[in-house]
Amino acid sequence: MTTTTVASFEIKYHQYLDASGKPTKDIPEFAKDMNTMRELYRDMYKLRVFDAKAYALQRTGKMGTYPASLGQEAIGIGYGDAMVKEDVLIPYYRSTGGLLKHGVTMEEILLYWGGDEAGSDYSVAKEDFPICVPIANQIIHASGVAKAIQMRKQKRAVVTEIGEGGTSEGDFYEGVNVAGIWNLGVVFFINNNQWAISVPTDIQTACETYAQKAIAAGVEGIQVDGNDIVAVREVANYAMEKARNGGGPTVIEAITYRLCDHTTADDASRYDDPKVKEEAWKNEPLVRLRKYLEKNKSWSDKDEEKMKEEVAKEVDAAVKAYEAAPKPTPEMMFDNLYAELPELTKPQREAAIKRGAK
Amino acid sequence: MAAITLIEAVNAAMAYELEHDQDVVLFGEDVGKNGGVFRATDGLQKKYGTERVIDTPLAESMIAGLAVGMAAQGMKPIAEMQFMGFIFPAVDQIFCHAARLRHRTRGRLTQPMVIRAPYGGGIHAPEHHSESTEALFSHIPGLKVVIPSNPSRAYGLMLAAIRDPDPVIFLEPKRVYRIVKHEVEDNGEEYPLEACFVDREGSDITLISWGAMMHETLQAAEKLAAEGIEAEVIDVATVSPIDMDTILESVEKTGRACIIQEAPKSGSIGSEIAAEIAEKGILNLLAPIGRVSGYDTVMPYYRLEKQYMPTVDRILDEVRTIMEYK
Ligand SMILES: Cc1ncc(C[n+]2csc(CCOP(=O)(O)OP(=O)(O)O)c2C)c(N)n1
Repeated sequence: MTTTTVASFEIKYHQYLDASGKPTKDIPEFAKDMNTMRELYRDMYKLRVFDAKAYALQRTGKMGTYPASLGQEAIGIGYGDAMVKEDVLIPYYRSTGGLLKHGVTMEEILLYWGGDEAGSDYSVAKEDFPICVPIANQIIHASGVAKAIQMRKQKRAVVTEIGEGGTSEGDFYEGVNVAGIWNLGVVFFINNNQWAISVPTDIQTACETYAQKAIAAGVEGIQVDGNDIVAVREVANYAMEKARNGGGPTVIEAITYRLCDHTTADDASRYDDPKVKEEAWKNEPLVRLRKYLEKNKSWSDKDEEKMKEEVAKEVDAAVKAYEAAPKPTPEMMFDNLYAELPELTKPQREAAIKRGAK
Repeated sequence: MAAITLIEAVNAAMAYELEHDQDVVLFGEDVGKNGGVFRATDGLQKKYGTERVIDTPLAESMIAGLAVGMAAQGMKPIAEMQFMGFIFPAVDQIFCHAARLRHRTRGRLTQPMVIRAPYGGGIHAPEHHSESTEALFSHIPGLKVVIPSNPSRAYGLMLAAIRDPDPVIFLEPKRVYRIVKHEVEDNGEEYPLEACFVDREGSDITLISWGAMMHETLQAAEKLAAEGIEAEVIDVATVSPIDMDTILESVEKTGRACIIQEAPKSGSIGSEIAAEIAEKGILNLLAPIGRVSGYDTVMPYYRLEKQYMPTVDRILDEVRTIMEYK
């Protein structure tokens, strides 16, 4: 049997800083600016503190279920930093970093997980989608938003994020496929944190990489060290520039490790090997960036102390604002259901208000 | 304008809005060059271009999810599901997002979209092509479900659906796509959603139906008139949310009600209307509420299709039984 190769592909892996914060190749320009890097370090730290606070609020019955980003901070903060105001973010439930960077406030995020729709009425990122709970649906919304942007000839990137488990859903392929066909300006970030609740990646796919799932759709797929914020920021920026300038979609697999439970409702000790997790801690993104800053004489213990104090204040203020936010009233179940409430439903609204007033 | 069929009316309404509103875009499987498998979008791509009338890859969840994204940007997508039987992959997107985005964001993002699908039996189609699952969508808050029964209503209701600020599931009774013709003025005038149409006035009984079954219902009313029974006939048209005021007013006048639908009986639009009449108008009733419907079975293959669907005779039998109560 004679055969010819009719298609072949390769997936490139990008890393700039290794686990000890040492450059593994030429550092991109932005990462030479230590003010930028200090800012990114602070953003990742803030996300970590925010997560811890959210956990505490849940544990004390002051908030509902919450999914943290422990160990994965470089992803959301990295792509979020590459976004500009005009770009659109279509988040999933673990996109806290991206949302914060794109202007959604901590108070809004707490309100959302605290069970109030007001949390999704973003005051700044007016066109960003609310967090998507059903796995993978948001991938298609991103293509839809990008199609509208393309039709209106605007130069804006659409960014969306999904877990590696989510790439097993049909919507992932459907969304990437149509983005490929129509050359839509979407950046699909896969947060490969090794787990879909308790299901590890070898039960999720037979592929060596998640990035290569892009290839089946004719889309560029690349892999990045998801704990290296320089690399995440750099590939995100590349893909977003490409998206804004008519270059079409990119799938980016960011490799990381979930150092926390899946959510406050999960107990990872039931399935996660403590030795593997211990190893993974050596790779985490904050220490890595701190080491890089220290090597460049741009961070000290004093800086660390000062940052800790400031961030604690900032997060506490957000929690206070969250706790002081007005409670939703019964009519809010009805308002905004439609532009105009159906006649048939109006008596239910009145009844709910009356009952609520008791 | 010359007399046109229901499907031509759907086409004319979409063409009108494509012409007058640059935000309107139409997409789905085969809607472009082929003009849709039923020809509902015939000629639209030629006139409005491949940028506004778009052939998509074959993926229903993607088609609905795309509409969600585009509508959130303020465009007005009209998405076609080739047959309602294949809307199920899209249900996820419709229920979880289209129906809820306005509410979830407190009105920040909205969903001014239409999802069209031909539905119902009677055309000898293969499996999964003939069901009437309108009740499924009616159960979901945030959606409107609209079913035209004739060409002029198809034109006016489609215009209203496209202009509506919320997601509308627009179900086209394909059995009557070409059965009657109406003179329809192509003037862009819409009919109101959430409003029943009283198609025939009568004092003895209220017959309530929608979609293709309106035709059997109106024929039954003619026959009943010959027997001396004057039926009031109501076309519900928007089956969610239902204009119950018109129905209750009519039942108050006639004292009797019979609901006619093609869908299975249990958990249906007919069940809902009957329950509302019982809740708000039971003291006006002179007889139990009657229902003529498809059976609570899987829609049979086409050799048994006629057995499944309500006929004029079945309607007459039910009405005569209701009339026996004095
Ligand atoms: C359609 C759907 N099925 C199941 C769930 C329940 N669920 C929530 S998160 C999750 C695991 C997702 O894992 P992954 O995509 O890897 O993302 P990660 O949470 O690890 O970031 C599951 C099964 C859901 N939200 N939606």
